[in-house]
Amino acid sequence: MLKYLSVMALASAVAMPALAFEPNRPVEFVVTSGPGGGTDTFARTVQSIIAKHKLMDAPVVVTNKGGGSGAEGFVYAAGYKGDPYKLTFGTNNEYLLPSVAAVPYKAEDLTPVAAMALDEFLIWVNGKSDFSDAASFVQRAKAKPGSIQFGGSQSKDTDQILVSSLAEAVGTEFRYIPFKSGGEAATQLAGGHIDANVNNPNENRGQWQAGMVKPLCVFRPERFPESQPVYDGKGWHDIQTCKEAGIPLENYRMPRTVWLPAGAGEDVVAFYRDVLQKVSKMPEWQEYLEKTSQTDQFLVSDEFRGYVQKDKEAVTKVLEHEGWLIK
Amino acid sequence: MENFGHLLDGFATVISGHHLIIMVVGVMLGILVGVLPGLGAPNGVSLLLPLTFTMDPVSAIVLLSCMYWGALFGGSTTSILFNIPGEPSSVATTFDGYPMARSGQATRALTLAFVSAGIGAIAGVVMITLLSSWVAGFALQFSSPEFFAVYCLAFASFIGMGGNAPAKTLVSMMLGFALATIGMDTISGGLRLTFGVHDLIKGVSFLVAVMGLFGIGELLLTTEEGLRFEGIKTRIRPLDVLRTLAEIPRHAVAIGRSVLIGIWMGITPAGPTAASFMAYGITRRFARNASQFGKGDPSGIVSPESADHSAGTSALLPMLALGVPGSATAAVMMGGLMIWGLTPGPMLFIERPDFVWGLIASMYLGNIVAVLLVLSTVPLYAAILRVPFAIIGPIIVAVIFSGAYQIANSTFDMWLVLIFGVAGYVFKKLEYPIAPLVLAMVLGDKAEDAFRQSMLMSNGSLSIFWSNSLVASIMGLGILMLAWPLIGKVMGLRNHVRRSRQNPSTAS
Repeated sequence: MLKYLSVMALASAVAMPALAFEPNRPVEFVVTSGPGGGTDTFARTVQSIIAKHKLMDAPVVVTNKGGGSGAEGFVYAAGYKGDPYKLTFGTNNEYLLPSVAAVPYKAEDLTPVAAMALDEFLIWVNGKSDFSDAASFVQRAKAKPGSIQFGGSQSKDTDQILVSSLAEAVGTEFRYIPFKSGGEAATQLAGGHIDANVNNPNENRGQWQAGMVKPLCVFRPERFPESQPVYDGKGWHDIQTCKEAGIPLENYRMPRTVWLPAGAGEDVVAFYRDVLQKVSKMPEWQEYLEKTSQTDQFLVSDEFRGYVQKDKEAVTKVLEHEGWLIK
Repeated sequence: MENFGHLLDGFATVISGHHLIIMVVGVMLGILVGVLPGLGAPNGVSLLLPLTFTMDPVSAIVLLSCMYWGALFGGSTTSILFNIPGEPSSVATTFDGYPMARSGQATRALTLAFVSAGIGAIAGVVMITLLSSWVAGFALQFSSPEFFAVYCLAFASFIGMGGNAPAKTLVSMMLGFALATIGMDTISGGLRLTFGVHDLIKGVSFLVAVMGLFGIGELLLTTEEGLRFEGIKTRIRPLDVLRTLAEIPRHAVAIGRSVLIGIWMGITPAGPTAASFMAYGITRRFARNASQFGKGDPSGIVSPESADHSAGTSALLPMLALGVPGSATAAVMMGGLMIWGLTPGPMLFIERPDFVWGLIASMYLGNIVAVLLVLSTVPLYAAILRVPFAIIGPIIVAVIFSGAYQIANSTFDMWLVLIFGVAGYVFKKLEYPIAPLVLAMVLGDKAEDAFRQSMLMSNGSLSIFWSNSLVASIMGLGILMLAWPLIGKVMGLRNHVRRSRQNPSTAS
């Protein structure tokens, strides 16, 4: 009898991987930002699309773990090795954080599932400032190094890395003031307390519509696609690329990423990859991308890994140059 | 007067059977999450958010904002009944609310709190209606130095007012600052005071500390004082609610002053927590008989409550007018706006007036609904105190621990609550005040960020705190507040000398 049972158990164990993974209890979406942040909106948009089109039978629970620039969420997810019910939403902070702070997780503790979009970065100045274009901005910055104050979200994170790369590229210095969020940096710029910020389109869109801030150039290889004008007859398409403006820093973007704890099976990764792929095809997703002026870019598997590798190398150079790498 | 026309349109949008039902449901859910410590308004609103995905934006915002009002009211209930603040901003309500409830006047304490809160909220909405465009511009003038000055003022108006030894106050406050630094530092991006403990990366939640220090600490004390297994014997008469209502005009000055403080803190946006502490501190400072504070003084209840709620409602204005959330709950709602297809920011007033003014109209109605609902439940809540401790004690413990877990779904936080509970007990035994610790913990990291950002802006020169009339006047006010006890003493001494000269027989 015992022998019979163990044979049965063995047989079922062998048969298991053949069955596709299907969640049968609630899936937790771990958001590595506070409520209302960019990553939060990303995760909740995915959640709302899954719910609306019933792309998954199991219910979704969103939890915000944004402490320590998102480290809280990654450490939490890393602790659930192999758990197929913890889907973590982030940016490139997943592989950046372990390089700049002594956080208790390694980039390898999470398995990449997909990158769903690329968020853009722009140079913004106050709407009333006398900088008419990026060239005059750079000129002033070079004439008086250290005089221009950039505000940004967090320290040694994407914003500061960009400001530092920009300084290096044009050969000057900027002063960087870290705030808690891009929203704070946006208000400080609108109030004229800082000279510039490098916010994502969505973080400054509202203020641009009111003419309180204006964009100088965008760090993407080509201009934004044609769209409705936003302010004063100008739309996203009218913004120069920074390369056009003569800044030798062509491309700087931030991926919107989804991860699973390391050790999750290939079938689990495949399941979520398919769900997210379906999400990315829905009109609501396209609407979200358009509203937030992000670039549609769905990366999975080796393509995603390759992207991470390249991004990591580029950023590590800056970190090394600034002496921010932790030993 | 243009705003007034818009407001009437707003009322026209909101007054429908459908929306009124949504309001009542929202307020009731809000009271529920407010009463349960740990759940709180931000969590409650994010739990409800998925439900609104399919609603039209006006109904969705009415539901969420009404839940917010309900949660604000609910938060004061537990502060008064059990000394457990449901929200950071209702900590100051415990100082006098809990003693008053303990002395058998729970009905009076709750009614005072709810009515003054309602007055505060309505005052905040009136301000939004009348001054929306001007206020938006004013809020933009605030940068890091101004924020630091405001926090300074909050600390200053609170320092030196306790009956405790100044050194003990200082120790408590410094502990609070130390706790506030745990976790990742905004300015350097480094981890501080985490000692390799993974769970400390996110920092120590203020709510965990408060639930332990106040809630568990209080329970330990009660247990020690000879387990009183019977509840407080009070007769609860619904008529007491009306009698307390008649008492409200006597506190008009305290309420008026606190409302102004609240509105100012709400729009800057320094937030309701700073407002409630500041209002409590200032009311106490100007009180004729400060010795009653901390023992159940009615103005110690109405001041923080009216300031809290006027700040809470005014905080929605920066969100609507500038796209800057003034509180954690406002941040969640802003996320909601985007999912409903709206862009938060200055243009919202122009592009979607129906939405903005519908929301403002619902703030009037929602708060009135909330006040009526909570007032009618006062006798019910007050009756809870009559339940024997043997029953209510364990329930409170269970609620506290489940609440602590819910904040971040972390079991580590439950251990922290226990540690804070023991600390709270020791604090009370040794007569160390807990309030300064709480204040430092809530505002400590914000004040530190603001200070260091200012230093980066000015290249390390302190003169930035006097660099324009706005920051200089707030800073000056703070220093005046700090020096007030000294000034008061000197004045008192002079009066005393003068009086003794006039009438030598009474001087002794």
